[in-house]
Amino acid sequence: MPETRILLKHAEDPELRTLTGYKRYNGYGALERAYRELEAEEVLKELEDSGLRGRGGAGFSMGKKASFLPRGGGMNKYLCCNADESEPGAFKDRELMQRNPHQLIEGIAIAALAADAGHAFIFIRGEYDLQADILDAAVAEAYEAGYLGQNILGTHRDLELVVHRGAGAYICGEETALLDALEGKRGNPRLKPPFPAVQGLYGGPTLINNVETLANVPRIVAHGAEWFTSFGTEQSPGTKVVSVSGCVQRPGNYEVELGIPTRELIYDLAGGPADGREVKAFYPGGSSSPVLTGEEGLDLPYSFEDMAAAGSMLGSGSIIVADDRVSIPHMALRTARFYHHESCGKCTPCREGTNWTVKMLERVVRGEATPMDLDIVASVQENIIGHCLCVLGDSMAMPVGAMVRKFREEFEEVIATAGEENRIAAVQGAPETLGAAT
Amino acid sequence: MSDLPLDPALTEGRVPDRVPEGVPELHEVGCPPELKERIEELMGRYPDRKSASIPALWAVQRLYGWCTPEGIKQAAAVMRVTPAYLESVASFYDLLHTEPVGSHKVAVCTNISCWMRGGDELLDAFRAAAGGDEDIFVTGFECLGACDIAPMASIDERYFGPLEAAEAATAIEQLRAGEDVLPEKALEKRPLAGDADA
Repeated sequence: MPETRILLKHAEDPELRTLTGYKRYNGYGALERAYRELEAEEVLKELEDSGLRGRGGAGFSMGKKASFLPRGGGMNKYLCCNADESEPGAFKDRELMQRNPHQLIEGIAIAALAADAGHAFIFIRGEYDLQADILDAAVAEAYEAGYLGQNILGTHRDLELVVHRGAGAYICGEETALLDALEGKRGNPRLKPPFPAVQGLYGGPTLINNVETLANVPRIVAHGAEWFTSFGTEQSPGTKVVSVSGCVQRPGNYEVELGIPTRELIYDLAGGPADGREVKAFYPGGSSSPVLTGEEGLDLPYSFEDMAAAGSMLGSGSIIVADDRVSIPHMALRTARFYHHESCGKCTPCREGTNWTVKMLERVVRGEATPMDLDIVASVQENIIGHCLCVLGDSMAMPVGAMVRKFREEFEEVIATAGEENRIAAVQGAPETLGAAT
Repeated sequence: MSDLPLDPALTEGRVPDRVPEGVPELHEVGCPPELKERIEELMGRYPDRKSASIPALWAVQRLYGWCTPEGIKQAAAVMRVTPAYLESVASFYDLLHTEPVGSHKVAVCTNISCWMRGGDELLDAFRAAAGGDEDIFVTGFECLGACDIAPMASIDERYFGPLEAAEAATAIEQLRAGEDVLPEKALEKRPLAGDADA
């Protein structure tokens, strides 16, 4: 089995979530070293040299992002851990927080040192109630042990850490919407620039990183950037916790070196589709990544650069597999409905575009569309991309656009053959979800 | 110029029929002391008290079962914001209810991975099992971040899966009887995927 467990090392131990359990595996050793022996600049350099790329979706260099914050005192700086994992297909942060909360807290404390932030927040989605309870308990333990709070380990450095529970909105995973939500508002994205590194939470410079990104920090500081780059590929160093779900026999989180063949992830680790079935298509990086057909994607290395070269993206590292029984037009509709529901409604192309895409795809699966409607669907997607404050609309436009393009024959076939029965089932089968935003 | 009659079209129907609600005074709203204390403690955690609006609404919902207009007013009085402000926040988020809901909440994921594995059928089964019982709020929900246990449901804020449609009735019975719900299907008890039946 080609799993390489670094972040999930010892995760099978139920004691790991306690401070005692974590310290048994040398937990908080990196924090002690960073706070006692290293300067902020040295930590920052180590992070930059490691080439660690953000694990939340964009894949931007974590060290570089931290270096964008202005240096020096005279202002309050903040660190936000984005634990609002809500992208369909992604469930890795849930696992990391549930099994090893102290690893994240240690990473936050070290990153806060590098960014010179005095206040840190974990913005966790409200649905993750169990995980938030676990984090609350772990944060209390860390305060008690002197790893958080005033004068950490006698170094005259302070860090306050608050676990902030969201209340159910995918958009709050977008970093500027997260800031608005954290400031107590509706989660609407902000216009950029200014970027959060310059003007973020409460107007102060703010570093925002995903859970998995921050969880990587302690080991990079403990073992060095060179050790980290010995895993993965040149452009995608390290390991990645990959969530594999959908039509596979063993769905779950698997930690692998970046760059392993995608086929190994889907077949060897997750067990592949049921016997006699084939991978028809998959989302390589969550529901917002353009789908790849089995043929074009299975033999690609699973890395940021190879997924980008194939016209898709690694995103949050979440693979959703569709086997040959799955109807792509129905999958497109399910995808579009999600983004329609979650659109905050601020920008017209996203608010209206997601709405019309859902309506048109409903017509497709009811058999009421014409092939020309597929061109309109495609053009609506093109008109969303790049035209909004954030990428929520793009996140629907990219996969839906790719599905229409790559499976156009199937769409046309569905339009031609959708019978009376299908018409009723398609509309009633997809239930209304709670409190549609638009 | 001042002699000219004012065109009634400019004003008629444009005068608001009531003054917008201001920040309520604490003594007007009858806020229970424990709610006041809780919200004050929450406000103390943040550099800006307004950051406590979502946690304060959670506190209101925990106390009253949903974000009641009275509860929102009470929180607004403690936080020194208008009730309209908190209402605008509450109505944005799926987990904050601005209408009455039952004391038990079942959210069934119907997103891509769960849909592929029978999420819609599971939602139907939960609806049928609850049978219009007003105390049990059953709803479809967007991705809950547990595609590994698809199809799954969040029952009173804990995750369970993978569920057979037939297990919905058992879960509802257990909820009504006040028993532990489907203990063997709790997410918390699952091993890592790579460690299961290796």
